[in-house]
Formats: sequence, structure tokens, C-alpha cells
Amino acid sequence: MDRRRTLQWMLAASAAMPLLARRVLGEGEPAAHGEGAPVAPTAHGYGTDPDLTKIYHPGDLWPLTLTRAQRRTAAALCDAIIPADTHSVSASGAGVVDFLDEWVSAPYPAQHEDRALILEGLLWMDAESSRRFAKQFADLGESSQHAICDDVCYEKKAQPQFAVAARFFARYRDLTAGGFYTSPEGRKDLGYVGNVPLLKFSGPPPEVLRKVGLIPPA
Amino acid sequence: MQKNYDVIVVGSGAAGGQSAYTLCMEGARVLMLEAGRKYSPESETPMFQTPDQAPLRGGSTEDKRFGFYDATVDGGWTVPGEPYVRSTEDPGGRFDWWRARMLGGRTNHWGRISLRNGPYDFKPHSRDGLGMDWPITYDDVAPYYDKVEMLIGVYGASDGLENTPNSPSGCLLPPPAPLVSDLLTQQRAARLGIPIVAVHRAVLTQQLDFRRAPALLHPGNLKAQKIIAADMQRRAACFWATPCGRGCSIRANYQSTTVHLPPASATGNLHILTDAMVREVRLHDSGLAQGVTFIDKTDGSVHSVAARVVVLAASACETVRILLNSKSARFPQGLANSSGKVGRYLMDTVGSSLSGQIPLLESLPPQNEDGAGGEHVYAPWWLYQQQHAGKLDFARGYHIEMGGGKQMPGVGTMKGAEWLTAGSYGRKFKEDARRYYGSFVGFAGRGEMIPNEQSYCEIDPTVKDKWGIPVLRFHWQWSQHETRQAAHMQKTFAAIIEAMGGRVKDGPTLDGARAISPGGFIIHEVGGAIMGADKERSVTNQWCQTWDVKNLFLTDGAVFVSNADKNPTLTIMALAWRSADRILDLMRRKEL
Repeated sequence: MDRRRTLQWMLAASAAMPLLARRVLGEGEPAAHGEGAPVAPTAHGYGTDPDLTKIYHPGDLWPLTLTRAQRRTAAALCDAIIPADTHSVSASGAGVVDFLDEWVSAPYPAQHEDRALILEGLLWMDAESSRRFAKQFADLGESSQHAICDDVCYEKKAQPQFAVAARFFARYRDLTAGGFYTSPEGRKDLGYVGNVPLLKFSGPPPEVLRKVGLIPPA
Repeated sequence: MQKNYDVIVVGSGAAGGQSAYTLCMEGARVLMLEAGRKYSPESETPMFQTPDQAPLRGGSTEDKRFGFYDATVDGGWTVPGEPYVRSTEDPGGRFDWWRARMLGGRTNHWGRISLRNGPYDFKPHSRDGLGMDWPITYDDVAPYYDKVEMLIGVYGASDGLENTPNSPSGCLLPPPAPLVSDLLTQQRAARLGIPIVAVHRAVLTQQLDFRRAPALLHPGNLKAQKIIAADMQRRAACFWATPCGRGCSIRANYQSTTVHLPPASATGNLHILTDAMVREVRLHDSGLAQGVTFIDKTDGSVHSVAARVVVLAASACETVRILLNSKSARFPQGLANSSGKVGRYLMDTVGSSLSGQIPLLESLPPQNEDGAGGEHVYAPWWLYQQQHAGKLDFARGYHIEMGGGKQMPGVGTMKGAEWLTAGSYGRKFKEDARRYYGSFVGFAGRGEMIPNEQSYCEIDPTVKDKWGIPVLRFHWQWSQHETRQAAHMQKTFAAIIEAMGGRVKDGPTLDGARAISPGGFIIHEVGGAIMGADKERSVTNQWCQTWDVKNLFLTDGAVFVSNADKNPTLTIMALAWRSADRILDLMRRKEL
């Protein structure tokens, strides 16, 4: 965490300062997955000619780097964003935590930038939870989690002291959604029914055309 | 490798593939040199892989700019070890050069949009006094458009619109059914006077006519007819799944590797060398091209090969680079450059895009909208008359490409949706995702750039690539014709979205200089060695034959005199076929 960013975050969450000061980024609990060192990634990318037909899993190409504590907060937050409902499982149930870990551990500049924002944001979530409820975010009940999320979920309307946290939340929600809706469970939830060979492509069925008003009601 | 080739073809993409195909089918012995690696779409294409099976859910990275599953190998706007230079840091002078280092080149991942230039497009200077005329007319090229369409397979319709040529019956395959977003766009755009019709794309919506087409493609050549008839039967029709940009293992769309090279190889006349990076064309004392010198990238060794004819089809800028690096006492400024025009009049396509969210398309029942793996409809340029009457503040036109529907969710699904969801999360966010998924439409303008004196490339005096070959330095500048056109695109797209009852996140970008994509971004770069009727002002004649060296031909986009809004690939192939017919003719007459 560079000094300028650290200051921004500390100003944004001054009440959480003692906790932030105690926990330096990336230190603390051992990595939950493999022996990936909890430091900024140094691995190489997949290069300009990877095998495209192979199936890849998070951790195959570069080590995952989130600590157990980071993954716990990450899971709680992505499930607050995409909880289980009658349609589908929660984000963590669809493997989104592994995806987020893969993302923030990736050796590419865009992901590297996200890493800083996200690791600091996860710290902030716990710091804010501790300040308000004397618990980690993952240990909060739904209404307490929502009390925090409500303050940061809409960047445009967030109070100035939550501006940076709201930027984090928006990015975290984008990534959670990206991870969830690319999973088989997420695709099904959205009603994506393609990626299967067809003998014929017929275009939209009458009920769709009717709903859009392109043909008269039945 | 044998010793006695008739023709060396440098490059294996649309131009090299077509040149080699025509030459081999008619009996010429061809050596093809490709700078990239061997590539097999049948075994390497990720057809049904889903984003969750890819690193980072298939999203774009420095290594794969168009996402993990894009077919491009060892390429992109940067290629490791193969730099290029920009003359300025000014954003308005930016030019980015997309290359692929693989057999088949960029035809493996392209958009497959295959539009004919119209009659106006060959005589732009005569119409508005800008740019230059081609030394040929539409009628000269039309028979070759017919042949290319029949060979590669292009779906579309003949709508009889201005400067948007019809294809003769038997050339086009039936277009796919429009998506619901296409139909809604068509209905609403009609109110603005914008026609939406079937686009032309190189995808087989049904099997090619292997009984009728071969005799039309190769009259009097039974061997060629037999080979292409057999190959047409080995290409499957589209099965309405998987994006074309990944390539196609069932050979349902056009890539040089699945359409041109297999039948050309079946003649026994084609020898392909991959990992062969051509450095220069060697000149014989007689003033004829003797052959080329290339570097075997696998071990760095340098080789020379000879032939009666050399065809450069390396992509417009790479062809220019080879010419400028081929210096001799006779051509101190680069081969075939007595005019000083090699590198000049580099053009790309004017590009700008805008997407909208359409409430009428929300919460529609699930339906499979994968379709043909790319666009089904488009709007050809529709304002010829208004422009002619002086009602527009720019010259030349653009067409509109469009897309929508419930496409396979990607890592960007629901990204930045706060403007619609007011920051929802939790169960409400999941409801919102179901509601908005499939309710977006995207519009992309593809317009004509007029060649200018400030847009060109030359050899950088110091920088070399990892093979020691001097690299290109690019100079780039848009004129107001292009930036105003980009602003017009933005206004038009916003008007269509509004007519659909939709909304735009950040509004259209009305400052054309900001709305226009940087040079090279649309990957339609052409020009650099233009054809012409006057050898003082052009590099080749109408047959793509250089004025200075009669056995040297340039069959890629380098010879383009203008860059109509029609996307260059189909025209590259038509001109390459025409040029190959000329080469065959001259060889038969012993003039080469």
C-alpha cells in the first residue's frame, strides 16, 4: 500500500485507524491455498500462445495469494452482494472466491491495480465492522452487514467519508458479478441457453416478438 | 523444399491465401512463407469452452487483448520482440498496429464482414475532389467479388441500395434470421430513415454449392474443380453456436487456414514454410526480383529462396516494411519506390461506438440468441443524397454494425450497472441482473478515412526487432472529415437508441476527436503502396504489379487507393485473385 493511498483510506475510515495500523497489507495468517506467498504477485502471465483448449482452474497458472482471513471476508462480502436465493446458489457457492483470488493474484497491470483496491477494501470492511459492531464482517448478521453495505453500495450517493470505500464496493461488485455470471450456476440463473449446436436458427419466438410489441398481442 | 518455384508468396492471410489458392489451382508451384507458427484450427480452436474454464474468466489481458479465447497467436497491438515506433506521443497522432504471428494471420479471428466496394468507392476523387481514384472500376472487380463469395461462402441479401452492390444470383448464402434486438432496431431506425438490412458475413448458413460453383470458379480446369468440390463438401454449415473470433474447427466460416490453404495444398503445388520471417526481397542485376531472404525463427538462420515471381501479401504495413528494407544501388530508398510513395497514404477505418439499454428488451423469456457468431444485420451508408446536396459537414460515409441479445455472459456482465440499479446488492441485484441481461444494444460505426500526407510509415533509423530487422515508424493524423464523421456516428447512435425508447449511460461523445478510435484500432489498415494509373504517383499498376519491378506483386491492402466503409477483406481477396490471374497469364505468355 503506497503512502498516498494509505492516507486516503485512513482519512476515509479514521475510526478504524488502530486496526489498519496493526495489520499491514498481506501479512498475518498463512495462505489458505497452496504455499503462495502473501505478497504482490511476481509470476508470469500465460503468454501470447497459451493452449486454448485446456481447462484452467484458479491457481493453475499463478499462485493464489489471499490469506485465510482475506478469503473469509471476501466470501462474506461476495455473498452479501450475490446471496443464495430461490434461483441459484450464492457467489461463494459458485466458486467466486477462487476467481477473486486468481484475479487479485494475477501478474497483469489491470489486476495489479485491482489488487491494491480490493485488499485495502477488504481491510476496511472488517475495520468498519469492528468499529460499528465489534466483530469481523463475516461474523455479522444480515442486517448489520446491510447497515455497512447501504453506506457504500452507490458511489454517486455515498457520503464523502465513504467515497473511497464506495469505489472499492463498486469494483468488488463488478468482479463478483463477473465471476458469478460466468459460472454454470450464474449462466443458468440469467437464462442463458446457448452454446449448444443447433440444426437451424429460427430467430425470436412469437411470444418474444409479442412482448416487445413487434407483432400484435395474441 | 524444392528449388524451382514459380512464385514465392509472403504471408498466408486473406491476400496470401487467395494468391496461393488461385496460383496453385491453376498449376503454378508456390512457396508460401509465413512469419508465424503453424496453426491448425481443427485441433486448436476452443469451440464450446466457457469463460469459467479460462484464466480470469476469459477477460482481456496484455497477452490476449481480445480475450483468452480469441484465435490470435503471438499477436495483438504489440508483439514481443517486434516493436514499432510512433512519431509522437500526442494522442491524436496515435497509430497502433495489430499483427498475428500464425498461419492464416488475422483471418483466423476477424469479424467475417464481407462487403463489396461499390462503384463510387473506386472513383472517390471524381465524386468529391478528395483523395484519389483507383485505376479500375467496380466492373473490373465485380467478377472477382462473385468468385470470392462463391468460394469462401458469404451470407447476405441483395437489397439494391445505393452504392451497395447486389450479388448475382448464386453468389450469396441465405442470411440468418434477425435477433429480436435487430428487429426492434430495424423498426425504430426506419423512423429515422436508416435502413437496416442483412449484413454480409463469411459464414456458411448452408453447405456451399459444390455441384455448380466449381465449374464457375475454375472454368475448363477439371482438376481444380474436383479438388474444390471435394473440399466444399468437407466444410460444415454453421451450427449456430460459438463466436467466430475463436476460429472455427468445423470450417463453417472463412479463415485462410480452413478455406484457401487446404485445397491449395491438395493440388500438390503449395509448399508452406512457417516461422519464416522475411527480411527483404533480393534484386537481380537484371532489375528483376530474384527471390527473398528470410530468417528461420526456430534457429535464427538466414536463408535465401528464388522464384520467377515474388508476391508480397504480408499485410499492408509489413509489405511496406519489406520493400523499404530491400535497399540496393538501384533502389536506395527501398524496392519499387522510385515514386517515393512506398509507406504513403496509410489509412484505417473511422470507428466509434455507443451502447444503450432498452427497457422493451428487459426480462424477455430465455431464448438461444447465439446465432451466426457475429452480426446478422447492419445499416449501409444511407446519406449519399444528403451529402451530395451539401447537408453534411464531412465527406464519405460509414455503415453501422450492431449487436444485442442474450449472448454468453462474460466477465463484464453487470459491470458498471449502478446507473441502472441505483447501487443494488443482495437479492435485488440478482433480480436486476435477470431484468437487464440481454437488454443492451451496441452500435459501431465503420467509416471511410480519406488518405492524407500526414499519415504514413517509414523505417525508423535506429530501432530493430529481435531478428535485427529495422522496424516501422508511424505518423498519423485524422482530418476533420474523419472526426466530424465520428461525431455524426455518436449523434446517430444516440438517436436510434432514443427511438427504441432506450437510454445511454454517459451520453454520446459529441467531440469527434474524442469519439474517434485511435488509428489502427479498427485493424483495417490499408494503403502504403497504392495502385494507380501514373507510375510517378503510385507504386503498382492496376494488377498489383509494381511499376519498377515487373515480377514483384503486392496483393494485400497496401495497394488500396481509398478505404471505403466496406471493410477491406473481401476486396483484398478479389484483387488478389485478379492479380493472380494476371500473373498466370503473363507466365503463360513467358513475359514473367
